[in-house]
Amino acid sequence: MAAAQVVRSEWTKIRSVASTVWTLSLAVVVTVALGILISLLSRHEFDNLSRAERLSFDPTFVSFAGMSLGQLAMIVFGVLVVSNEYSTGMIRTSLAAVPQRGTFLFSKLAVATALAFGVGLATSFVTFFLGQAMLGEHRAALGDPGVLRAVVGGGLYMTLIAVFSMGVAAMLRGPMLSLGILMPFFFLISNILGNVGATEKVGRYLPDQAGSSIMRVVTPVDDDTPYGPWGGLGIMALWVLAALLGGFLSLKKRDA
Amino acid sequence: MIELEGLTKRYGEKVAVNNLSFAVRPGMVTGFLGPNGAGKSTTMRMILGLDRPTAGDVRIDGTHYDRLKDPLTYIGALLDAKAVHGGRSAFNHLLCLAQSNGIPRARVHEVLDTVGLTPVARKKAKGFSLGMGQRLGIAGALLGDPRILMFDEPVNGLDPEGIHWIRTLMKSLAAQGRTVFVSSHLMSEMALTADHLVVIGQGRLLADTSMADFIQRNSRAYVRVRTPQPEQLSDVLAAAGITVVRTGDGAFEVDGGKAEHIGELAARHQVVLHELSPQQASLEEAFMRLTAESVEYHAHSGTGDAPAARAWGEDWTGEG
Amino acid sequence: MIEAVGLTKRYGAKTAVYNLSFQVRPGAVTGFLGPNGSGKSTTMRMILGLDNPTSGQVTIGGYPYRKLPNAARQVGALLDAKAVHGGRSARSHLLSLAQLSGIPARRVDEVLGVVGLQDVAKKRSKGFSLGMGQRLGIAAALLGDPQVLLFDEPVNGLDPEGILWVRNLMKALAAEGRTVFVSSHLMSEMALTADHLIVIGRGQLLSDMSVKDFISANSADFARVRTPDTEPQLREKLTSALTGAGGQVLPEQDGALRVMGLPLPRISDLAHDVDVRLWELSPHQASLEEAYMRMTQGAVDYRSTIDQKAGLQQPLPPGAQPPMPVPGQGQPGWYAPPAPPQQGGQQFAPPQGQPPAGPYGAPAPGAAPAPAPGAPQPNPYAQAAPQAPVQPVATPAAPAAPAAAPAPAADLTKSEDAR
Repeated sequence: MAAAQVVRSEWTKIRSVASTVWTLSLAVVVTVALGILISLLSRHEFDNLSRAERLSFDPTFVSFAGMSLGQLAMIVFGVLVVSNEYSTGMIRTSLAAVPQRGTFLFSKLAVATALAFGVGLATSFVTFFLGQAMLGEHRAALGDPGVLRAVVGGGLYMTLIAVFSMGVAAMLRGPMLSLGILMPFFFLISNILGNVGATEKVGRYLPDQAGSSIMRVVTPVDDDTPYGPWGGLGIMALWVLAALLGGFLSLKKRDA
Repeated sequence: MIELEGLTKRYGEKVAVNNLSFAVRPGMVTGFLGPNGAGKSTTMRMILGLDRPTAGDVRIDGTHYDRLKDPLTYIGALLDAKAVHGGRSAFNHLLCLAQSNGIPRARVHEVLDTVGLTPVARKKAKGFSLGMGQRLGIAGALLGDPRILMFDEPVNGLDPEGIHWIRTLMKSLAAQGRTVFVSSHLMSEMALTADHLVVIGQGRLLADTSMADFIQRNSRAYVRVRTPQPEQLSDVLAAAGITVVRTGDGAFEVDGGKAEHIGELAARHQVVLHELSPQQASLEEAFMRLTAESVEYHAHSGTGDAPAARAWGEDWTGEG
Repeated sequence: MIEAVGLTKRYGAKTAVYNLSFQVRPGAVTGFLGPNGSGKSTTMRMILGLDNPTSGQVTIGGYPYRKLPNAARQVGALLDAKAVHGGRSARSHLLSLAQLSGIPARRVDEVLGVVGLQDVAKKRSKGFSLGMGQRLGIAAALLGDPQVLLFDEPVNGLDPEGILWVRNLMKALAAEGRTVFVSSHLMSEMALTADHLIVIGRGQLLSDMSVKDFISANSADFARVRTPDTEPQLREKLTSALTGAGGQVLPEQDGALRVMGLPLPRISDLAHDVDVRLWELSPHQASLEEAYMRMTQGAVDYRSTIDQKAGLQQPLPPGAQPPMPVPGQGQPGWYAPPAPPQQGGQQFAPPQGQPPAGPYGAPAPGAAPAPAPGAPQPNPYAQAAPQAPVQPVATPAAPAAPAAAPAPAADLTKSEDAR
């Protein structure tokens, strides 16, 4: 009934704007291209690696290297899906048509999430296969232990990044503000916190660092991460839930 | 029917809407007037559930807006012609609204035709002129064929043909027994369109009356009389205790007299009349009188510019 | 004084303005009217030297705008209220304009006072409402104390008090002997403001005459006559007397009579002759809107049509009642006057089969904006045209024949006017 109508409506909305196409295709192209490039480089570098490095060499994870950049396009997608409503003023028209704000927000999120998952999963498989092809004799196979989980996880990771952005955008409303916070956060701050010894322990609970553990098949030799791949994805999911809750409450409480 | 009861909205210290109660009835066009900052837009947004009232209540046909199932089939609104995603085509914009309220797709084509946008239905709304945007907004309001329609400044950006069209449209919607609630700053336009008026100022209800009553109550009504026998007429009217004012162009203005009374007097005394026309002030004049105290930005009186400009000009020629 | 001579602007194959010649004189408010897409903005832009004419020229005080010495002090214009850097305050916006043309800073505070923005002068214009932006634009136009002022839709976004203020301001500026040229879509507003009208359609001059002449030329004046309500036989008596004297008499809704073709004193005399007392005898002029609509029919861009509602007929949502059948609904022309078929909806479409050399040159049917189909009298504009000071090359003095054809739209406009 009503929710199904709203989902249809949101599907029309999302498919009828150009930003959907270009953000998602950018996510695919960047992730896959960078994955191929880094896989190719790693294959040539492999012989120069130390023994420890060779032991923790993770061909699956290497092929996902493009995601660190590709996820930024996913963030833009997530932010624009929600904040376009505000920046264009469409939100007033939308809420007049669907005054049940919970139904409105979650229908929108459901459509965007499904789309992001479809694209994310496809990207993950494509980048895995092409990456492995580049790696030559060092490649992993989909049937190897943990590899399928990592590849599906790659799709989930991209989806969750997009959903997290949608939640943040629902809280902050404006696209500039949302992107201005999310972009540096994922591109810089998370990396800095994760790579500086003193903050490393905090950094690994950030959504992207925790979530990306789902894509690892080989654990590094001196690894002391207190969660496994699914645990990491769980931590990320908690972040996502918090962002969605914040976004929902903000929409519910504030005047449109 | 739209009913407001004790509707109040505060933003921090500022009271935007203060204890507003009125009903907008079906079968006529109700004009919603008030100076800038009077709280018109806030009221309209609360009617649509976009803003939450601090206190009080609004009901659409007895129901709260957010309890309406498929609200676009009850009430259609044009609030802001720019409330559209510019990257979406006019057709897709209306389609997503229609789908969310279970309105068939064929109806989208119909309303596009009604507002005359069919030739540009597949074009992005970004490239639309203000007038085209306004037509798209009106199409959105008509989409659910609702019993209640609400328009905020509908003629904004329309050309004369468009203005004429929207006026006729609103009247015909009201004639079909629908409720039509329209806000505008154009008094001359309102005078042609509305049957009933709701006037607010500084968030309070100032008037809720029929158009005719409103003008009558807030302005001077008089009768203009022209005659080739001015002296005789003056005498006749003076004898009857009616005061007259002579205007520059040779006519009389008779205050407080009824045209029929003057006509009878003139006939009895064999005074020839070349004009006998009851005059009423414009809606604008009546409105200005009512809202004189509740205007936010006061420009200096128009003629005030002249001395200022001249004084400045003198300085300037002196310097040059 | 603004003077256009043979002004023409083409964008590729499209002719936006064709051979436009007119003068805007000082001491009067001159209204500039035309449907959307008729070339009004292009003309305004050419006057201000923003666009170059393809041929012809337009001068202000004898000079093309770009050659005007100290243009900012001679011409002030409000073209687009949004043409302001939103991050700047109202005052610094005006100050930067003032400095560009050597106007002292004192004048900035003066004009801010004139438009009523002194209290928000230090605020960024980004937060301004449309009405405040409009006031800022007007302040900028007044800044150089110019003799020539151009306003494009000046009352856009203003509230009733602001509209009244702008109207009085323009009249006062004209009364000081300045040249005031205003474009607007609001006929009722124009009727109150302008003394003179220049009307264009499809880039050509349609009319250049005083407001009064324009209305008389494009519509029928009539008299409203009321006889004592208590004696209905007097009404019949008067009706036959008026008809006998050659007048046309129509009943009005409230029992009054609408009399056409007889001047007021004559009606008075006739009533006296048949011994009928009058309770009302008022002159009525058609509205400027009606006159304008008659003149420009056929030169319009977007046409609205009747709401079919077929798509809604099948599954009426629960709770919603089907629309009430109402007389008038479903009659063609109820929503919008139907477009003449040969001209429907196309902007500057060259007439079929015409050589491109003179797309608007001949009064071919379909090229010139036709007179109102449905005007009951012979085309009044065609008669009035010779009075126009500037005679357009292609006066749309179309054959009077189509004028006799009645259209459903005519009654609609008329009943409107009676209000």
